[in-house]
Amino acid sequence: MTDANEYISSEPLVEIRDMHFSRGSNKIFKGLSLDIRCGQVTGFMGPSGTGKTTLLKLIGGQLKPLAGKVCIQDQDVNAISRSSLFELRKRMGMLFQSGALLTDINVFENVAFPLREHTKLPEQIIRDLVLMKLEAVGLRGARKLMPSQLSGGMARRVALARAIVLDPMMIMYDEPFTGLDPITKGTIVTLIKQLNNVLGLTSIIVSHDVEETLSIADYIYVISDGKVIESGTPVSLRSSSSKWVQQFLNGHPDGPVPFHYPAAEYTQDLLAGR
Amino acid sequence: MLDWLQNVGQKGLNVVESLGRSALFFIGVLEGIGVALIRFRLTLREIHSVGVLSLVIIAVSGLFVGMVLGLQGYVNFAKFNAEESLGIFVALSLVRELGPVVTGLLYAGRAGSALTAEIGLMKTTEQLASMEMMAVDPIRRIIAPRFLAGIISMPLLAAIFSAVGILGGYFVGVGLLGVDSGSYWSQMQANVDFSSDIINGVIKSVVFGIACNWIALYEGYDAIPTAEGVSRATTKTVVRSALAILALDFVLTALMFSDI
Ligand SMILES: Nc1ncnc2c1ncn2[C@@H]1O[C@H](COP(=O)(O)OP(=O)(O)O)[C@@H](O)[C@H]1O
Ligand SMILES: [Mg+2]
Repeated sequence: MTDANEYISSEPLVEIRDMHFSRGSNKIFKGLSLDIRCGQVTGFMGPSGTGKTTLLKLIGGQLKPLAGKVCIQDQDVNAISRSSLFELRKRMGMLFQSGALLTDINVFENVAFPLREHTKLPEQIIRDLVLMKLEAVGLRGARKLMPSQLSGGMARRVALARAIVLDPMMIMYDEPFTGLDPITKGTIVTLIKQLNNVLGLTSIIVSHDVEETLSIADYIYVISDGKVIESGTPVSLRSSSSKWVQQFLNGHPDGPVPFHYPAAEYTQDLLAGR
Repeated sequence: MLDWLQNVGQKGLNVVESLGRSALFFIGVLEGIGVALIRFRLTLREIHSVGVLSLVIIAVSGLFVGMVLGLQGYVNFAKFNAEESLGIFVALSLVRELGPVVTGLLYAGRAGSALTAEIGLMKTTEQLASMEMMAVDPIRRIIAPRFLAGIISMPLLAAIFSAVGILGGYFVGVGLLGVDSGSYWSQMQANVDFSSDIINGVIKSVVFGIACNWIALYEGYDAIPTAEGVSRATTKTVVRSALAILALDFVLTALMFSDI
């Protein structure tokens, strides 16, 4: 775990500047600015529906911001040509919430997919590379299984092996802990740490699982209502004076984030039905 | 009134926008055809799933349609003592019209709906998005081979439909009702023209193949990524393909067979 100064001192890999994005009339980001630094684990936390997945898609260039910039290694993701964007994406891995494995091919072929699409390596080398990555996630023995035969945690580990098979510089995890049992959760936490340290990756983790994210991230941005409302190292975040952050970290049902969806006054609503 | 106007305007805009998107999609698919030709193994697999697996329904339907034609033709020709013309009637009906059209309709129901559901589900389960993030263009890798496979399969299926139908007409006309076998075949051979009948039939089925696969793949690709969205898209594929085939058939028939 690094302190804030160390985090700030490493080079930014992704820079987001005054970015706006809407889905229809739903304004999801209203002037988001932040940096994601090389070699670190950066966490994004926020309640469901704040646009965490959307943020990853914006970084990956799958969605275009209405205004503002998303730059990766000083290249504006939305200004470069499609082929440069694809070149950039070869060096980014993304772990989707569902795993998003291709359902008509087996585990081995899923991990081999990026290699077969982007390289002309001989079959023997593809086999070695795939087995190495599967070994890293502990699923070398499951290579013949089809995605439908995997549990949620296994599917996510296979997707992880697939995401690192091209040795990316950066990997994005969308809710890597959601819906897993404690043991599998622990496995994923360990895997993410190991990959970050051993491969020297830059990791981006999007999650609303407070404990896991705090335990793994070097630096955390808390997002709500389209903006960064707090950022810092896990330690500084825990001692944050913001009521909002305290409510979120400790899971209090009511506070600055109201329990109730906005509605007419309760008694009036009940009486109105008469 | 203003609300109503706004509604109509919005619907109109939506239709135009959807047409524009499907045109862009079509252009993307055409660009991907090169890849589908180079990596023909991908296309072969799809020919198996849209073409080979449709063979049974196509052959069985062709047989029954041919048998009905044989029966109807015989009953009517017999009134004029023209039973020996049965062969021409069966063959021309099949090759010019029923082969391409019925094959197209069956294809839309058997293969088109399956394509839409498959692509829609791939979208729903984020497989298409994950491919994009792996720097693989799903239009080239997934859509284009399926499109090419459909266009190759459709004329072959239509030809099989017509051939089996002609045999069905033969069973009923010659086998059951006693039309002379020699005149069934010789009249057919003498009066079915290769370029104006066979080639035009093939052109029709290629056009229907393009329309049907375009609609099926676009509806899947554009489906709302939920269970309900995919089921709606599947229905739309079948309805729109059927309408497109019947409308295009009229236009093509007018262009090909009328001497105006
Ligand atoms: N394809 C879409 N079309 C329209 N709205 C969407 C779509 N995807 C997500 N949204 C909306 O965008 C908001 C943010 O979604 P998302 O990024 O998935 O949130 P999170 O990942 O933080 O839970 C939500 O309000 C959601 O309803
Ligand atoms: Mg999400």
